Amino acid sequence: MAEYSPVADIKRDHILKLIGKGVRPDGRRLDEQRPLDVETGIISSAEGSARVRLGNTQVLVGIKMSVGEPFADTPDRGVLTTNAELIPMASETFETGPPGEEAIEIARVVDRAIREGQAIDLKALCLEPGKAVWILFVDIHVLDYDGNLFDAATIGALAALMTTKVPAKQFERGEDFKLPLLHQPVACTAVKIDGSVLVDPTFDEESIAAARLTVATVETGHLCAMQKGHGGSFRFEEVLHIVEVARKMGEQIRSRLAQEAS
Amino acid sequence: METDLKLIDENGRRLDGRRPDELRPLRIEAGVLRRADGSAYVEWGLNKIYAAVYGPRECHPRHLQNPQRALVQCRYNMASFSVGDRKRPGPDRRSQEISKIISEALEHVVFTEFFPRTSIDVYIEVVEANAGTRCAGLTAASVALADAGVPMKGLVASCAAGKVANTVVLDLTKEEDNFGQADIPFGLVPRTGEIVLLQMDGDLSIEEFTQGVEMATRACHQIHELQKEALRRRYGVAAGEQLAAGPEEAA
Amino acid sequence: MSETAPARPAARELVLPGEALEAKGLRPGAGVFSDGRQLYASVLGIRSVRNNALHIVPLVGRYIPVPGDEVIGKIIDVMSSSWLVDIHSPYPAPLHTDEVPWRVEFGETHKFMQVGDAILCRVASVDEVKRVRVTMQDYGLRKLQGGLLVEIPHSKVPRVIGKNGSMIGLLKTGTQCRIIVGQNGRIWLDGELDHVLLAVQAIRLIEAEAHRLGLTEKVKALLAAGPAPTPR
Repeated sequence: MAEYSPVADIKRDHILKLIGKGVRPDGRRLDEQRPLDVETGIISSAEGSARVRLGNTQVLVGIKMSVGEPFADTPDRGVLTTNAELIPMASETFETGPPGEEAIEIARVVDRAIREGQAIDLKALCLEPGKAVWILFVDIHVLDYDGNLFDAATIGALAALMTTKVPAKQFERGEDFKLPLLHQPVACTAVKIDGSVLVDPTFDEESIAAARLTVATVETGHLCAMQKGHGGSFRFEEVLHIVEVARKMGEQIRSRLAQEAS
Repeated sequence: METDLKLIDENGRRLDGRRPDELRPLRIEAGVLRRADGSAYVEWGLNKIYAAVYGPRECHPRHLQNPQRALVQCRYNMASFSVGDRKRPGPDRRSQEISKIISEALEHVVFTEFFPRTSIDVYIEVVEANAGTRCAGLTAASVALADAGVPMKGLVASCAAGKVANTVVLDLTKEEDNFGQADIPFGLVPRTGEIVLLQMDGDLSIEEFTQGVEMATRACHQIHELQKEALRRRYGVAAGEQLAAGPEEAA
Repeated sequence: MSETAPARPAARELVLPGEALEAKGLRPGAGVFSDGRQLYASVLGIRSVRNNALHIVPLVGRYIPVPGDEVIGKIIDVMSSSWLVDIHSPYPAPLHTDEVPWRVEFGETHKFMQVGDAILCRVASVDEVKRVRVTMQDYGLRKLQGGLLVEIPHSKVPRVIGKNGSMIGLLKTGTQCRIIVGQNGRIWLDGELDHVLLAVQAIRLIEAEAHRLGLTEKVKALLAAGPAPTPR
């Protein structure tokens, strides 16, 4: 794992002073998200793709599909696998090598949001029960790291899935068709710093946060995934606050993605 | 590999309509990433490649430190979704070889003796691939190094030539690489004419090889102009725009 | 200075690594190399002539320590009789207990400075293999408490300071803040929060437009507009 690089106390104290006034170093309110930019269909070698810019954080998500055997306990469903690469290009705090615990956690949380949120109609990806199903890989590639990979990656994954074409022709399984989707899970992450809750943290804010919470919701307003991170703790009121922000933000992002994918 | 595809037609045009000595559409952008000290993005035909530079910085692992010069450590990597059949993440032997030859090409132009005991880390990520990725990667890395302020003798431009249907051609696509007869990845310092990257595989006569290198050399000079334009655009400057060198000289 | 004035002889074009330079009678300075016949730029920057030597003022790049430079460092490690200081350059610098203004017993270093502390120090020496030592034993050098640290590329420092300190003077009077500029591109600011934020805005403006003409007017305008009210 990368070495801990301390944000100088001076920076930390400054951030705390600002938070006390309800504002952040980049001028945002505590519950405000950074500017979000989503582009889809940019990698033609992938069946689906999206590039997400959330403030200075930049993430690329690619979807690859192939035909393979289903899992023994779900013989009539397609297989979903999620992987995240925190490549050294994205930050001096990332090292080369196989995914470390940070990359694994991000992949698993994004996977949870997509799977539990039932984004994909996995039953519709069955070709021959017990023998052949569609295998779907979600690969998250972090290009530039300024905090909040959970949200950038989940938004990227959903946007990529929304524009994915199943390559049936290539595998001699008929004509290509749009990936069948059911729901639209969107994640929203917040951190707790000195008793205040900040939504969509930057790298500096994450470095001094005591605790982090990611909440994924679907369009019905229900929760589908959650993950708490870092050593600190949340009070329940804080959790509910984040859930409410997540719900609202989820709605906004879903309508953005609907525009982009059309 | 055999194919029924007409790699070169009766009019001398290739599958994508290009003439034998024509480059694919190429676009270069400098300074595309915020965290890295320097960066560049290249779209070359269907290739899409990022390059990022960190450094000079403390050399890790420490036992590789050189007391007299900086190390140039390049890591070339292909994203799993960059190719038709998904590639398993992580370096394979091909990526390791390419990383090595690109490091060596760049080492030649960087003034490494100015930064003893440090490492200049260059990362090349191929997010979409269609042949010629090592050349596009080296081209991008060179721009990223300039964008990071690393002192160099000059930029490096890189392009491959090859042979397809018994004709020497420039800048092969994936199909041409698969069904062609030879491939010559080539990298040059346009200012001096020094060749810093050269590989070859396939079957070529010496005349054909010479033809290929001449084509690639001319292409590298074209590419060099695009690299320079990208850096000028990044610094918001049109060629010829006058700037202030320092406080003594401007209001 | 008016932006419509004709291009003055002092203004220059951007040069790129490997570009040939016109240099009649000039010696090669920083950022310039010779192949025996011709001078070339080695870094991306702007031509500048000083003392009959041709330099390139780099627009980007890491700070290379120069003896005598006042720099702002961050403590990154604490040992029994020294600290390790990050001065935003390729080389971290050791700071020994005999180079600080206090009497520090062996093993007591952590009582005086800890990891994350910011200090104003001076580059004492740089040897042939670029090993750097810093000192805090000089008038004005000290630990920096409170305030805010901002980082800019060190190549923009001269612009933030200005001719004879004119730009930094503008910033100080326009924001009523205490401002210390390290040669390594780190800037410490202290004052009322709103004014500190205004000063940071001004510094970011200088960073973005450092090499364009008419910068001073833009900074004056920004400072005259005053601090933006903090949202509630």
